[in-house]
Amino acid sequence: MNNEPSNENKIRLETIDLSVFYGQNPGVKNVSLQIFDKQVTAFIGPSGCGKTTFLRALNRMHDLTRGARVTGKALIDGTDIYDPKIDPVTIRRKIGMVFQKPTPFPTMSIYDNVVAGLKLVGIKNKSLLDEVCERSLRQSALWEEVKDRLKTPGGSLSGGQQQRLSIARALAVEPEVLLMDEPTSSLDPQSTNRIEELIGELKHQVTIIIVTHNMQQASRVSDNTAFFYIGNLIEFNKTTKIFTNPDQKRTEEYITGQFG
Amino acid sequence: MTGNNLTNKKISLSPSALYGWLGDRIFAYGIFILGFIVIFTTIAMAVSLYFSGTEAISKFGFFGFMTGRVWDAAISMEFGTWPFIVGTLVTSLAALALSFLPAVAIAIFTAEYAPKWLGYIIENLVNLIAAVPSVVIGIWGIFIFTPWVRDSVYMPVYLWSLENAPTLTPILGNPAGYGMLTATIILTIMIIPFTTALACDSFRMVPKEQREAASALGATKWEVIRMAVIPYSRGGILAGAMLSLGRAIGETMAVAMLIGNKNTLPFTIFGPGSTMASVIVNEFREAVENIHLASLMAVGFYLFLISLVVNLVAAWIQRKYAITGGRAV
Ligand SMILES: Nc1ncnc2c1ncn2[C@@H]1O[C@H](COP(=O)(O)OP(=O)(O)O)[C@@H](O)[C@H]1O
Ligand SMILES: [Mg+2]
Repeated sequence: MNNEPSNENKIRLETIDLSVFYGQNPGVKNVSLQIFDKQVTAFIGPSGCGKTTFLRALNRMHDLTRGARVTGKALIDGTDIYDPKIDPVTIRRKIGMVFQKPTPFPTMSIYDNVVAGLKLVGIKNKSLLDEVCERSLRQSALWEEVKDRLKTPGGSLSGGQQQRLSIARALAVEPEVLLMDEPTSSLDPQSTNRIEELIGELKHQVTIIIVTHNMQQASRVSDNTAFFYIGNLIEFNKTTKIFTNPDQKRTEEYITGQFG
Repeated sequence: MTGNNLTNKKISLSPSALYGWLGDRIFAYGIFILGFIVIFTTIAMAVSLYFSGTEAISKFGFFGFMTGRVWDAAISMEFGTWPFIVGTLVTSLAALALSFLPAVAIAIFTAEYAPKWLGYIIENLVNLIAAVPSVVIGIWGIFIFTPWVRDSVYMPVYLWSLENAPTLTPILGNPAGYGMLTATIILTIMIIPFTTALACDSFRMVPKEQREAASALGATKWEVIRMAVIPYSRGGILAGAMLSLGRAIGETMAVAMLIGNKNTLPFTIFGPGSTMASVIVNEFREAVENIHLASLMAVGFYLFLISLVVNLVAAWIQRKYAITGGRAV
């Protein structure tokens, strides 16, 4: 990895006129956006404005939804994510995802949940798996609570713990890009704090996109912010600029709480 | 004002008084009576079977009758149900073992891989097998399947063993066509639909979040099925297997037509045998002696007990492996 300061504005992900349709209805329309390497980008906007829809287009999750259709371009390091020659599986191994709802595999043990992605790529070395498991669980602030019961089923944890387990599972495979869809909406303030700290620690290694409808969170954790409204990207700017002096009137109305 | 009072009054009623509403009361009583009838009928059936069989059970003993190896309705009038218990358990467990993987594979293909129209066709064909009366399957077995399997499988294997592995020959037994293996194969086909249907249903009920979570980790289609779909559906799959086992244990007509009806152990692989259900249907018409009839009733009672145990185990397995609200309990 070359960590020259010139990386500052290196574009990792880019979309050009990207639209997602559910049947005939557009979920997001003609979004063109750049995601910079090793920075945190936040997507904000009122509920139903297309944040999740746009996020899922970035790792081809819409392939799994019947009736969903993506048009336009999405590039990672200049390569078209939707190139028919590219296997979505390879895309998803690079671009990890944390969902809004916790999704542990309920029958797998906590340990197996965390290392599930590693086992998929054929890693069997026990000490390596142990090490990754502990590291990931520490990162997601779950280690202290579960270290004595790694063999119990992932489904036996509380909702907030399940979400931190899902985060640990996504981190274990060391994705290059991490998509997080309102990852803290089911967490208590303390765990939320820890996850926000984690985002700060991770951004030196990983490019992070976080959907949030908590504007304080966006301003705390992100470098850049994209504001969506009714399926459109209204404004994309440095977070400091969005929250102090946005270019668009509607952005200002939203962040000052005039609607949403 | 009056409306408000009425509402307050309703709210302040105690829970038991809420059942004072006539509709609720009729419904509750109706359910209670229906449930009671079902439970009562079942218990009455077991008890009457037991009493019809008392002559045999008291003569040979509860366990003596169960483990007795002689079934002689011609001379000694000695009766024991052990050969039939063996026949029932061997054929039904073997059929379960043979049917399980194919049934789950069909379900995976139908629910996960096949295009909608094809899955629909396969599902209906499989259900059709379950709907065919077993006497029809039996007659197909007698005239088509048995001659074919005898000539193209049993005979060649038997002749091969005569020459190359004579120690195996007595285990294989008489390759006449009618026998344990034929009955088992037919049972296998007959019980596949139950496992398949329940597995299909439970695959479809796996939350899409589970599939997406596996996909997002970089799982391929098959890995998603292995990682998320099958574990989540294990309760349904096992319930289907237990239902299949229950069907196999109780299946009567097709088995009676194809198993060859031999009442004494040892049974061999190709050779004839009997099950609890088949001996009842084969002999109840000829049972002139009281003790013979009582013995058949007693066989029925033991069959009832075995089915009961299978059902209880099934219920237990389903509870143990069911997943509710994302929790394995
Ligand atoms: N699977 C789907 N099928 C049809 N419409 C959907 C689906 N998912 C989302 N939508 C619609 O797309 C729009 C954007 O939704 P979403 O991306 O979930 O918004 P957000 O995450 O910003 O709350 C909404 O109008 C929503 O109703
Ligand atoms: Mg959303």
